Parts: sequence; structure tokens; C-alpha cells
Amino acid sequence: MAPYLIRRLAGFAATLLAVSAVVFFVMNLLPGDPALVILGIDSTEDARAALRAQLGLDDPPLLRYAAWVRGALGGDFGQSYMFKVPVADLIRERLAMTLTLAVAAMALTVALALAAGVYAAASHGRAGDWAVMAASQVGIAIPAFWLSILLVILFAVVLRWLPPGGFPGWDDPAGAARALILPATALAVVQAAVLARVTRSAVLEVMGQDFVRTATAQGLPRRRILWRHVLPNALVPIVTIVGLQFANLVTGTIVIENVFYLPGLGRLVFQGIANRDLPLVQALVLLFAVAVVTVNLIVDLAYLWIDPRLKGRVG
Amino acid sequence: MTGPFRTAALALALACAAALPAAAARTTLSIGFQQEPTSLDPTADATAAIDGMLGQNVYETLMAVTEDGRVVPNLAREVAVSDDGLTYTFTLHTGVTFHDGTAFDAEDVKFTFDRAMAPDSTNPTKGIFAPIETVEATAPDTVVIRLKQPDGFFLFNLAMGDTSIVAPESAATNATQPIGTGPFRFASWTRGDRLVLEKNPAHRNAAEVALERVTFRFIADPAAAAAAMLAEEVDAFPGFPAPELLPQFEADPRFRVVVGSTEGEVILALNNGKAPFTDIRVRRAISHALDRQAIIDGAMYGRAQPIGSFFPPHHAAYVDLTGHYPHDVARAKALLAEAGVAPGTELTLRLPPFPYATRSGEIVQAQLAAAGLTVKIEQVEWGFWLEEVFRNQNYDMTIIAHTSPNDLGNFARGPSYFYAYDNADYTALWQAIRTEADDAKRFAMLQDAQRFIADEAVHGFLFQLPKLSVARREIVGLWDNAPVLEQPLAGVRWNG
Repeated sequence: MAPYLIRRLAGFAATLLAVSAVVFFVMNLLPGDPALVILGIDSTEDARAALRAQLGLDDPPLLRYAAWVRGALGGDFGQSYMFKVPVADLIRERLAMTLTLAVAAMALTVALALAAGVYAAASHGRAGDWAVMAASQVGIAIPAFWLSILLVILFAVVLRWLPPGGFPGWDDPAGAARALILPATALAVVQAAVLARVTRSAVLEVMGQDFVRTATAQGLPRRRILWRHVLPNALVPIVTIVGLQFANLVTGTIVIENVFYLPGLGRLVFQGIANRDLPLVQALVLLFAVAVVTVNLIVDLAYLWIDPRLKGRVG
Repeated sequence: MTGPFRTAALALALACAAALPAAAARTTLSIGFQQEPTSLDPTADATAAIDGMLGQNVYETLMAVTEDGRVVPNLAREVAVSDDGLTYTFTLHTGVTFHDGTAFDAEDVKFTFDRAMAPDSTNPTKGIFAPIETVEATAPDTVVIRLKQPDGFFLFNLAMGDTSIVAPESAATNATQPIGTGPFRFASWTRGDRLVLEKNPAHRNAAEVALERVTFRFIADPAAAAAAMLAEEVDAFPGFPAPELLPQFEADPRFRVVVGSTEGEVILALNNGKAPFTDIRVRRAISHALDRQAIIDGAMYGRAQPIGSFFPPHHAAYVDLTGHYPHDVARAKALLAEAGVAPGTELTLRLPPFPYATRSGEIVQAQLAAAGLTVKIEQVEWGFWLEEVFRNQNYDMTIIAHTSPNDLGNFARGPSYFYAYDNADYTALWQAIRTEADDAKRFAMLQDAQRFIADEAVHGFLFQLPKLSVARREIVGLWDNAPVLEQPLAGVRWNG
């Protein structure tokens, strides 16, 4: 187990270094000068030169990259070009919201998908199954931003139950929770539609196996067979998809935060790229990479927990 | 709820409702903004939203522009100009304080100008300060500015956010903690979400300011902007991003919809330094091929005014030149043939990511196709546009709005400016306009300049960018038109 974890962590560090190098050089190759974006088309060449000097853009790229890596290793991710405050502060003030939104959306996804998927498998070939399959087809087909608009029109404009967007901050916990209901739902519905289908087929496959027939023959209640015996054995493909979906959520939040005008990381990365704010984009992409790699690690560890037979293979 | 309780609650609710009209009018206002600034310092960042939220509200300038475009004294109580137009003497208001409590006087004005003119200055419009020779604080309430040459736009420019008066104590931190002298002071900013201002009770006009608190909400998405208005989450949206949704608001008695004017000329910019646009016949052919009304109907749902040159229709010196090159496809084809441009010649149209540009682009493409030109559209991102189109002049055609006032001077910026238009006669004309202090004479020359640029068909001139605003009907005092980027809130209040 220990060598396995060490190998994973080394891979993790190498991934982050590679990601940071790619981001740095892509951002440098991309046409666009932060000084011109910030000062606009009426600016004079000498004002832009002064700003570039101020931002430290005059050094050669390799030198700047080395300086950035040195800083990042010491926990200093530099100062945002456009916000003129430390990148770490910008991320800290937005991380809580995006993380809460992503976790809430994921939890909702799993709850909806497991319930619908297991139900569909249990009523295989009957009306319930067809209903779940049809609904999930619709869910897959609807783009999240469009569903968001529909949810806002219904729950914020017509019924006035929930706010149409915005985020009041954590000082108002009830308001914060209310603000996240619609965005989390919009994110979850599409993901749950995919996951429900995976759950249904995984459960159906396990239901055909001998031990299920044995359990049925022993007279165990159907509900107990499904949730205690079938589902745990069907979990491996489900957990795999959940892991992949978490990575999707990272990009999904960019769209959703825009539609619900939430002050999250997704909008920050969008602004950062548009403004060629290299330190900001660099730190955000690394953060997303850490999130995805961490989730992959959790998924792999979850496999071991779900299926102890795999332990022998990773030693 | 049981019977008696319900009755009591109902009575209470009715009492509250009855008490409402007697209560004071609302003193808070929530305003939606599409663009979100990343810095709050207008002297170091060109983002229009900084001026839109903070200009004349938090920061003040020596002069100010009124809604009808007049230049009036602001932090300066009065201004005297010498006969040769070279010496400006500003008499300042006394007793003014910055929001952090420090006093304002002539030394702050000198500091502001020296800072903007310094070699290491990052002021976004340093050109404003170029004609200045010296700035002197001759008394605590007197500033004398001497110019190298007369400048007909100087006082107007002193109303721009780039010349906001800042204090040496706070200038360095204005990007996150703006300190000015205006009728509102900065309260808080949650990046990505909102910015809050509160009334400055120490302001010289505080007695006339009705609003106690103003919250700007950042809503970039047009559908979200509409939903926020309909759900009454925001009270006003002065730059409403979706012209196609206006009929819905016009039909709703809660709202007032206004289509006002701005200083933004939307043009189909042609690269005059590159074939085939070096040939005036080709440029004239493009002008004949364009059908402005069809572009306005398709791209702006009819909510814009066509222009025939590079000048806003609301200005006193405006000449209507929309008929100079009437829409005439046959004439366009003939001119192209005369210039040796073969039918099917391919040109690229690089479009920045603004709705007015992307929507107009497709219609322009179809109209030029009718004249025999094959237009390839490339949608580019703003940073790319600035670098490739604006700086490197690597383009055939693009669509862009020029939102600065008094920008006919763009055509005198020579071959290094992205128009790549260089005409000695025009440059001389602009030099004469710029140094003419007499309004009547300057206006006459501005009309000549409009005719000159229209006749040269430097670009395809499309329409004036409208200021579309949607607001609750009870709000009065919001500006309908935008002669400058600032949107002063000192005169805004709720009616009833």
C-alpha cells in the first residue's frame, strides 16, 4: 500500500509541474498583452511600457517561469495583473462558494441517479423503467445553461421562491443556501441523467448473477437484495463515472456561475484568460488540476474499499 | 393559523400597508452592470465600468459633463482662460475633504496631474496631458495650468475619469480602496458579485442627494440580466445587454425603457494600409454595398441610429451624411470592377466578442456577398483582437465601436494606428480643430472633418451604439443619454 501511495504522489507532483509549464507557455504564445488589455485602445505606448515594467513582463519567459516556480514552491503564487492583489487572496474568497456548489451538485447528482437508476433496474422492462430512461434522455439533451434559464423563470420570476442569482455571502447562511439551490440543481440534473443510465445498466448486470438468484431463492426481501447485495457489487462503474463527472463539474461551474452571476472560481478563470492575467490563470489551473487528481486518487482508493480483491494488485 | 390569529395578522398587515405611503421614499438603489471592473482606479485602468460606477459618484474631476454634453465646473468652482488659450486658472471649492478625512486643496490637483504626466505613469489616456506645459498650485484654492499649444478639448478632457482628482495619501491603494471627494463614498466590494456605495454626508451638495445606499450588481449574461430585472432583484439596468428583450419590458407597467445615445460609433473598419482598401474606389464600393437599416434591424432590433461618418448624431456639430453613398449594389459592383477586384475575392472579417459586432458581422457578410465579395468571418477573443487587429494591423476588416468622445482625431493618428489611414490634409484639419478654442469656428471645422472622412469612405460607417436602459418606473434622475461614461447618481431618487 505505501509504495503505491508514494508512486501516486510522485505522479501527482509531476502532473502539476507539467500542467504549470503548459499553461505558462500557452499563455505566453497566445497573442495578447495584459498592459494593452488593462489600459485600452486610447493608451500611449510609453504608458503600456511603464505598466509592463511594473508587472515584470520585460524579463525573458524562461526566467519568469523559474521565478514563478520558486515562488509557488514557497506558497507564493504572485500578484494578479488586473486585480492588483495577491492571487491567493482572490482564490480564497471564492473557493468556498465554488466548492460548496460543486459538492452540493455532486451529492444531488448521486442521490438522484442512484434512486432513479436502481428503481429503473428493479422495474426493468416495465413503465417505471421506461419513464426513467425517457427522463434521463431529456436530461442528457438539455444544455445546463438552458435548464438554468428555465429554472430561473419558474422559481425566481414567476413563483418568486428563490433568487434569480447572486450570492449574499456566508454571513447570511440561509440566503447563501437559497442562492445555491437552483445552480446546484441545474448542474446536477444533466449529470444525474448520465449517471442514472450507468447505474441502471450496472445494477441490471449484477442482477443477472448467480448470487442474486441465490439470495432471491433464500427468500430475502427484494429491497434488501437490491440495496445490500446488488448495489455494492455494481459500484465500480458508478464510482468511475462519478469521478469523471467531478472533473466535468469544474467546467460546468464556469457556465453556471455566469448564468447565476455567482462570484466563483469559474468566472475568475474566465476573466483571467480574457485579461491575460497569467499569475491568476496559472494558480487556478493548478488548483483545478489538484482537484481532479485528488478525486482520481479518491476514486482509486474507493475501488479498493468497494472490492477488496483489487488490493493484491496494487501492493 | 387559527381564526383569531389570522384576523390579527391580517389587521397588522393592513396597518403596515396603510402606513407605507406615509413612510419616506426608498433611499436604496440596486443597479445591474454587465461589465465588472477588476480594479477601482480610473487613473490606471481603462475599464469603462470604473467610470460608470465611480466617476462623479466617488471620484470627482475639475470639470464635469452634463447629460446634454455641456462642460461645467465641478471641483473647480470657476475657470478663467487667457486670451491666447494657453493659461487656465481654476478656482477650487474650499472646505472639501476626501472620504478618508484628509483635506482637498490645490496641492492635490498638482499631485494628480504630476502623477499622470510622470514618465512611469500608467494613465490609460496619457494623451489628455500631452499639451500641458506646467501645473502650479499658486494658492490653496488656485491652480494654474499652462499649455504648450491651445487645446479646444482640454476642459472637456478634464471631466474624464482619467483626470480624477486623487490624494497623495490614498492614490496607491485606489485600485482596491477608492478614495475620492464625491457625493458617495466606497463601502464594500465583493469581487464578482457587488460593489456598494453609501452617501457622503460631508459632500458640499449632500442636502440634495436622496440615495443613502447604492448597490451595483455584476450580471454579465443577458438572460440573467432580464431575469434579475423581472424578479425585482435589481432596480435599474442602465446598459441593458439584450435589445431583443426590450418589448417585454415595454409591455410591463413596472418598467421604463429608454433608448438613449452614446459616443460610440460602430464602424466596419477597413485596413487602409492593405490592398484592396488602399484604393478609394474599393472603399466606396463597400460603402455602397452596405444597407445600414438592414444591419440595425437585424443586429440591434431597430434600436439604433444610422451614421454616415464618424460623429454622434446628438452633437450640435453633427451633419447627416448617411445619404453620401446610398445603398446601391450595382454601383458597388461597378466600382469594384473598375478597381480590378475580381468577383469572389476573399476577405476576412475579424470580429471581437461583442454582441453588436458578432450580430452585425453576419449581415455585413451577406451584403458584401451581394456585391460579389467573399467574406470569411473569424470570431476572435478581445485580447487577440487588441494584439493582432489593433496593434499588428493584421486584418482586412473588423467591426468595432469607438466609445470615446471627440475621437475624429483617430483619423489623424497616422499609419501606426490600426486604421492605417494617412492623409496630410486631414491631419492638418484636425490640428486646426484641436487648437481652435472658439466653439463656432471649431464646430464648422468639425463638420468639414465629418464630410472629409465620409467622402474618403475610410470605413463603412454603420450606426451609433445606443444606450438601452431599463429601470423601475418610480426612479427619476437616471441619465437617458451617455455623453460620457460616467453615470452620476447624486440627482437620482425614488418618486413615491
